[in-house]
Amino acid sequence: MGMTMTQKILAAHAGLSEVKAGQLIEADLDLVLGNDITTPVAIREMEKMNSKEVFHKDKIALVMDHFIPNKDIKSAENCKCVREFACKHEVSNYFDVGEMGIEHALLPEKGLTVAGDCIIGADSHTCTYGALGAFSTGVGSTDMAAGMATGKAWFKVPSAIRFNIIGKPSKWVSGKDVILHIIGMIGVDGALYKSMEFTGEGIKNLSMDDRFTIANMAIEAGGKNGIFPVDDLAKAYMKEHSAREYKVYEADPDAEYDEEYTIDLSTLKSTVAFPHLPENTKTIGEITEDIAIDQVVIGSCTNGRMDDLRAAAQILKGRKVKKGLRCIVIPGTQKIYMDAMEEGLLKIFIQAGAAVSTPTCGPCLGGYMGILAAGERCVSTTNRNFVGRMGHVDSEVYLASPAVAAASAVTGKISAPKDLAL
Amino acid sequence: MQAKGNVFKYGDNVDTDVIIPARYLAIADPKELAEHCMEDIDQDFVRKVHPGDIIVANKNFGCGSSREHAPLVIKVSGISCVIAETFARIFYRNAINIGLPIIECPEAARDIKDSDEVEVDFDSGTIRNLTTGKQYQGQAFPEFMQRIIKAEGLINYINEK
Repeated sequence: MGMTMTQKILAAHAGLSEVKAGQLIEADLDLVLGNDITTPVAIREMEKMNSKEVFHKDKIALVMDHFIPNKDIKSAENCKCVREFACKHEVSNYFDVGEMGIEHALLPEKGLTVAGDCIIGADSHTCTYGALGAFSTGVGSTDMAAGMATGKAWFKVPSAIRFNIIGKPSKWVSGKDVILHIIGMIGVDGALYKSMEFTGEGIKNLSMDDRFTIANMAIEAGGKNGIFPVDDLAKAYMKEHSAREYKVYEADPDAEYDEEYTIDLSTLKSTVAFPHLPENTKTIGEITEDIAIDQVVIGSCTNGRMDDLRAAAQILKGRKVKKGLRCIVIPGTQKIYMDAMEEGLLKIFIQAGAAVSTPTCGPCLGGYMGILAAGERCVSTTNRNFVGRMGHVDSEVYLASPAVAAASAVTGKISAPKDLAL
Repeated sequence: MQAKGNVFKYGDNVDTDVIIPARYLAIADPKELAEHCMEDIDQDFVRKVHPGDIIVANKNFGCGSSREHAPLVIKVSGISCVIAETFARIFYRNAINIGLPIIECPEAARDIKDSDEVEVDFDSGTIRNLTTGKQYQGQAFPEFMQRIIKAEGLINYINEK
């Protein structure tokens, strides 16, 4: 019986010619990732190990992105702990204030993740790198500690769901709408323990930034990973960003899938996930009442890339953020920040009355830089809208694309670009 | 290995943000962190929980973030076992890796009610509701995971290897 794309990557990294769904394997890792929240816990776990050295100083990435520039004394102490660890072990891919970015925007940009890799990260959105044809999945700090010390991790080989992507999306429909549509369809545990494998002729109509967004939110459907085929666009991206050699794996024609869905991009509409689960989706046309909002956040590992900022800027250009509403724009990395500046996007945001921040995960997880008060509503391009996610337990988060978020910032209620005659 | 205690019952999709809100994640001390366990869905939890108590929930327990702080605060609170219909996969790994016993058993998860007294035998996977007298068979761990649990976590398991 054939293997899925994910199974082929796992087999190769476990030194096996074949693996089957459900099989427990130990795989070699190409990269182990941690951030300023999860790495301090991993460092404390590593101190309990007999072997206290890192397996490879170039195959560990430590990105300070959640609470930096530090929001308080405790977060400063956490970053200090990681900084000292990185220095002691000569971790080459350590990214601090001034050179960092939101980890899942940063690592592909730095060329640290390529097709065929097997990657773990102590952050649930590590699944993002599937956009490049890598197997990558989120784990906890103990797995990270074990990975840093041994270069290996244990996995239960996942079965898979295949999403056959066809058609071309209409204007203003982006990767975010695709993945919100899918999560709305299969639910927040619809892909539990499984791979989400995206295939089909429609993939060529999705930009790399769209694919990063889609793979990023595989976890919001419970998925172990999301993965895309390696086409010319993905190869061009890797050639531009990485000196590393990549390896292309393809699913066997007779690979087995638990379920198969066809997604016709041409039929998708701008989609919003209502509180308090990413599966509570409605298309813009299905929202009948006015939903007044207090804040808009455009950024995060889901939607803080150039395509996202360009879409938001197209809408905000020459317009004003509604009086009384806070609009916060957070470019994903220093490079994106710079590129957005050179393209004039930051000027558009600031002229519109938006705040533009240095890269940070801050508001997405209710850390800082945009906390909500009781009763407040936020349209956010981030990935989770759980109870209390961005602040008070009585606040509400509506997940949407950058285009919908920007249009909503102008009108002060959940809106589509067409409401602004765009 | 056995657990016995009173049940705290929760519903579907209990996420890691309500198990331990991100606003506390900079706290390093597990005991201090555990003072906020379940705070955003059950403000009484920390006051009411006794060593040995058991959490029972429906599907997709622990969904969301990869923060290991979530199973850790549950363990440090004194919870001896979590029973659910299904667990989110990162939470599942993390619980095993830090030595928090968890059992998937849809029937028990649906039947058992808040405050019931429940006994769990991890070797056999048997769950007994002492309040109602009903018995359930939970899913036993594969041998590989049992070895990690017996070593009380992944780090000890690797050290012993």
